[in-house]
Amino acid sequence: MTAVLPISAEPAALPQEETRPGRWRRMPAKAKAGATLLGVFVLAGIIGPLVTPYDPSFQNPAPSLSLHAPDSAHLLGTTQSGQDVLSQLLVGIRLTLELAFIVGVVATAMAVIVGVTAAFLGGVWDEVLSLLTNVFLVIPALPLLIVLLGYLQTKGQAATILVLTLLGWPWGARVIRAQTLAIRNRDFVAASRETGEKTWRIIAFEIIPNEVSLIAASFVNTVLYAIGASVALAFIGVADLTSWSLGTMLYWAESQQALQLGAWWWFVPPGLAVALIGTALVLLNTGIDELGNPRLRDAARTSRISGRWLPPAEPTPVLTEAFQRRGRLAGILHSFSRSSLLDENNGGQAR
Amino acid sequence: MPFILRRLVFYLVTAWVALTINFFIPRAMPGNAVQSIMSKFPNLQPAAYRALEALLGVGHPGSIWSQYTSYLDDIFHFNFGTDVSQYPASVSSLLGQTLPWTVTLVGTATVIAFLIGTGLGILAGWRHGGSLDRVLPGLMFLQAIPYFFFALILLELFASKFHVFPLGQGYAQGLIPGWHWDFISSAVYHSLLPALTIVLTSIAGWMLTMRNVMITTVGEDYVIAAQAKGLPNRRVIYTYAARNALLPQLQGFGLAVGFVVQGALVMEIVFSYPGIGLLLLNAVSSNDYPLMQAIFLVITFAVLLANLIVDVIVVFADPRARTREATL
Repeated sequence: MTAVLPISAEPAALPQEETRPGRWRRMPAKAKAGATLLGVFVLAGIIGPLVTPYDPSFQNPAPSLSLHAPDSAHLLGTTQSGQDVLSQLLVGIRLTLELAFIVGVVATAMAVIVGVTAAFLGGVWDEVLSLLTNVFLVIPALPLLIVLLGYLQTKGQAATILVLTLLGWPWGARVIRAQTLAIRNRDFVAASRETGEKTWRIIAFEIIPNEVSLIAASFVNTVLYAIGASVALAFIGVADLTSWSLGTMLYWAESQQALQLGAWWWFVPPGLAVALIGTALVLLNTGIDELGNPRLRDAARTSRISGRWLPPAEPTPVLTEAFQRRGRLAGILHSFSRSSLLDENNGGQAR
Repeated sequence: MPFILRRLVFYLVTAWVALTINFFIPRAMPGNAVQSIMSKFPNLQPAAYRALEALLGVGHPGSIWSQYTSYLDDIFHFNFGTDVSQYPASVSSLLGQTLPWTVTLVGTATVIAFLIGTGLGILAGWRHGGSLDRVLPGLMFLQAIPYFFFALILLELFASKFHVFPLGQGYAQGLIPGWHWDFISSAVYHSLLPALTIVLTSIAGWMLTMRNVMITTVGEDYVIAAQAKGLPNRRVIYTYAARNALLPQLQGFGLAVGFVVQGALVMEIVFSYPGIGLLLLNAVSSNDYPLMQAIFLVITFAVLLANLIVDVIVVFADPRARTREATL
């Protein structure tokens, strides 16, 4: 930022004038909005199941309560068999978030392990792991998930989590590998290696802390993927249909023709919940992105000179140094990936 | 080794991995799939039973290696076996009926979404902080909606409430598919709402990535130099900035196609669109494992092919891909 200040039109807006805002206030607006929205849903997921007005599976036999529009007794109306939609929604948010969170944690951990291992070991290990990552990145996950879950006799929550995790790591692994390759060659890592630090200590205390924002972004993305995939799977019917998740709610609404019956209160709330959780995660991710790359930030902080927007200063080019140390065989294998096209470009710019 | 050849080798490896996974899934999973199929379809012929056993590796069909080679041989001859849920029909004929629907719909809609999204992204990136940036959160919301749910909403609005579009299916009932005007116009009419779903939900993704690359590109020295020379804005935007920003966007296209296809599969179910997604649903609900596996393979190959096509375009768009030799 300092590089921009001298030519800035308004030098009055110097940082010391601000009353040192807290960490939260310095976050990009998108990240704040995303975190708040997500917080609401997490809270609903934690508290919701404890305060559900009815048992979500309870089928009220009274004919007047079948497909009842929302009123004070049933805030979101009832389903065809007289179940309370609000209760289902609260329990469903809990189950869906729980699943997505577990998948996110485990798959991101796998991504970190694979990515860091590939970058650190180098040689044949790197080639094999990178090839594996790229292959699973291209193979479409959903049909494979359906085949896998189709063969598993027990289609419970555990099976879904297992299979989603198994296919959820490649994206993160690829990004983290690239970043690790970049950091690995920097001076502070070389320094700690010279002082005789063990490899695991370098990884845990020098490399990983420098990748926190990347790991966070990877986690958010994985959670997003897990929600989308699990809801889609349940909608097709490849899930434990006796439990209440946002996906199974949509499955029942669709299979019992909520749309044709005009019961919007039945299929809109679960879908809207999925969409809002998704929006929160996308906003959060964009915010994280902006933290790492100041150029993408809202133009409120850019100054306008003679009709042209002046972007904030260049971010530290960390990722651009990604692919430099590479063995012979690794070079061949890397050249198979499409990202190899970008390397030369970036390398040329960085020098 | 030219760029395109390297990519071809990579896709062949990927296709082989997918084939191999597909081969081992039924053999590694617990339970007896043939038994569960037979219990659902008790009047299958003994020949079909034996074919299933061979396909899923149950009983004593020989060593794993001989099973594997005969499996690969079958796949190379597009022989996916006989279908169990729609008995005498072969799996490949079912795929042949449904695949054109999905490819036409998803292909056209994706290209349209890509063009519109990229165009908007160019403008948003150029006028960073302008009015287009303000609609971004709204577009993110559209992007976060599951395809099938958005399809439900559109159906409710435009088909149930206002009767502008039909309530699903691929063409009007009573028409015989063929190359005549009645059928084609009906098919196009029926595909408008599904296509709109894909376009509206995927536009934000293209726009966001293009905007971000564009913002970075606009800050490059050569763009500033072009402006300093006094070139008209149009020329700076399209010939200098957008042209270079487009390359990463194209490279992301391949991966994104996979996501669009997956979303579209589930969306087809909502529209009862006679494509491969509906076939997949039927396969799932009747435990038709051979069909599920064949669909997995076909979708994977389609995505790989789409990637290959994108690579060919990249070769044309990016001179580096043409001139550079592999880094050996």
